[in-house]
Amino acid sequence: MFDLDKWQEIFSTIEKNKLRTFLTGFSVAWGIFMLIILLGSGRGLENGVQNQFNSSASNSLWMWSDQTTLAYKGMKPGRRIQMENSDYDMIRNTIKGVEYISPRNYIWQNTTLSYKREFGNFDIRTVYPDYGIIEKVQVLEGRFVNNYDIEKFRKVVIISTVVKDALFKGEKPLDKFIIVSGIPFKVVGVFTDQDNSNGENNRVVYLPMSTAQRVFNGSNHVQLISLTTGTATVDQSKQMVDEIKSKMAAKYKFDPNDKRAVQIWNNVEEYAKVMKLFAGIRLFIWIIGIGTIIAGIVGVSNIMMIVVKERTKEIGIRKALGATPWGIISLVMQEAILITGFAGYIGLLLGIGLLELISKYMPPSDFFRNPDANFSIAISATILLIFAGALAGFVPARKAAAVKPVEALRDE
Amino acid sequence: MSVFSISNTMIELNEINKSYVTGSNKLHVLKGIDLKIAAGEFVSVMGSSGSGKSTLLNIIGILDNHDTGIYQLDGLDIRNLTETRAAALRNRYIGFVFQSFNLITFKNAMENVALPLYYQGIPRRKRNRIAMEYLERMGLKEWAGHMPNELSGGEKQRIAIARALIAKPRVILADEPTGALDSTTSYEVMEILKEINKEGITIIIVTHENDIAHMTQRIIHLRDGLIEHDKEHDN
Repeated sequence: MFDLDKWQEIFSTIEKNKLRTFLTGFSVAWGIFMLIILLGSGRGLENGVQNQFNSSASNSLWMWSDQTTLAYKGMKPGRRIQMENSDYDMIRNTIKGVEYISPRNYIWQNTTLSYKREFGNFDIRTVYPDYGIIEKVQVLEGRFVNNYDIEKFRKVVIISTVVKDALFKGEKPLDKFIIVSGIPFKVVGVFTDQDNSNGENNRVVYLPMSTAQRVFNGSNHVQLISLTTGTATVDQSKQMVDEIKSKMAAKYKFDPNDKRAVQIWNNVEEYAKVMKLFAGIRLFIWIIGIGTIIAGIVGVSNIMMIVVKERTKEIGIRKALGATPWGIISLVMQEAILITGFAGYIGLLLGIGLLELISKYMPPSDFFRNPDANFSIAISATILLIFAGALAGFVPARKAAAVKPVEALRDE
Repeated sequence: MSVFSISNTMIELNEINKSYVTGSNKLHVLKGIDLKIAAGEFVSVMGSSGSGKSTLLNIIGILDNHDTGIYQLDGLDIRNLTETRAAALRNRYIGFVFQSFNLITFKNAMENVALPLYYQGIPRRKRNRIAMEYLERMGLKEWAGHMPNELSGGEKQRIAIARALIAKPRVILADEPTGALDSTTSYEVMEILKEINKEGITIIIVTHENDIAHMTQRIIHLRDGLIEHDKEHDN
């Protein structure tokens, strides 16, 4: 198989037909190039969308309340449902499969933060310790909200790097006091949040929920409850959603079929949907890519057919001199594999090169980032290429081997 | 004078028939050929075109199959051979010389001569060395690196003869070896073939030129697929 003489034979015939070999190779290179670009783009799309899910846990549920839309037990629609701290306790204690759970409120009245002479307006979120995990908050200095803060109603605040830059101007923020909505809070942590491009989650400070409820409005209202579902499947997560809804419906006396009274965004379900979509897109890309490569294979096969036809006499001479059918077959096959393999490799390099350029110079967006063709794609493409080359060479090689030496010698 | 005894039969044909089917026509080319050629003979086959002489040569050279009859080459029954086996037999037993030389155009003289050894699996360096020896014998050592299209007809045919000889065959089959050459060159080629024959290699040539045929030891005339007459003569 790997004998030098055969390679010399092949190279000498390729050299005789440079243009033809180039054109043949080009169709294969183009096919692989397109496949790599398509796969890379699909990957980029997937990375972009997956990145959006990275903003918070992909197995999370987010629940908030609104007005009723259906009449129920004599009550008119349009009634406001207001969640309370007890809902958090109820869900935590009665719903199976809850992993982390935290309510979240915004302080609306006055969102001004100040430190010495610096001040700015930022979102003020009040949460429980679990929220840091659910929102995927990365604590860089100090710590996040902890249970001790909640129990002791401590006036502590965790600020984002954006807030730190705005207020502290290079000073160390930990253990300093900032004024939050008119009341001093001690900074105990600095965080950043890998977020969607608008950076909303980075223009935020976090306070302990209990402290904020006591200090700012004295109510037990909850605006939103977030929780994660552990390793729950899509069906299990849906079941959890249904359970929570029915419990809430019973508690607040609204129709369990009311779509608006209590609403739950199921990230598990959405994530699975998107993953399914991308599996579909990948399949689609492979079909198109393979189609393109098949066009290349047919091209190579065609050219090899012509090569065999042109070399009929030569094949006859070789047979007269003692070439076996296998000798002829392997010669043609190797030439086909060499052309497809080499050209395909060029296409592979160009495709990956282009993807590298794109991911280097195109800023990542919500829908497209890092369009990489990874190692496994390169491996599959290589295997595909060798297979393609063998396929392209097979029919012509058989034709060549079937040539009768007399017929071949007669050919002029 | 010969490494093989003259009485040894090299080629034996009994009732060889061959026909070609072209569309609805069936062309009966060989109609029962009986022929014995001893080792070391120098034979020419003559006949008008269509008499079947080239077909006969192809069958003897295992380039084509016969339909019926028995063909024995050096005692081996040549029948229903696989392509691989036929290739091996051609490689070991038979050297071919063609009217149109049939050199491979993109290989130089030395590589052309060495080709049969390639199919014997002999390493490149060794077979090129052997090829140079044969080229030297043909007086073409200086032409080793030349491509076939840079050579004259006589030179090409001598290279083809060197290629036919390199595998040390028992039989050389030459189909109109002088057909494309002028008479001076033709005689040179025939002299070379005679020399080779003296070493004991059986040679069969197909020709339609009387003077060429008379340089061999035995002339077989074919007519319409049968042997018309078969004469030995001295020259």
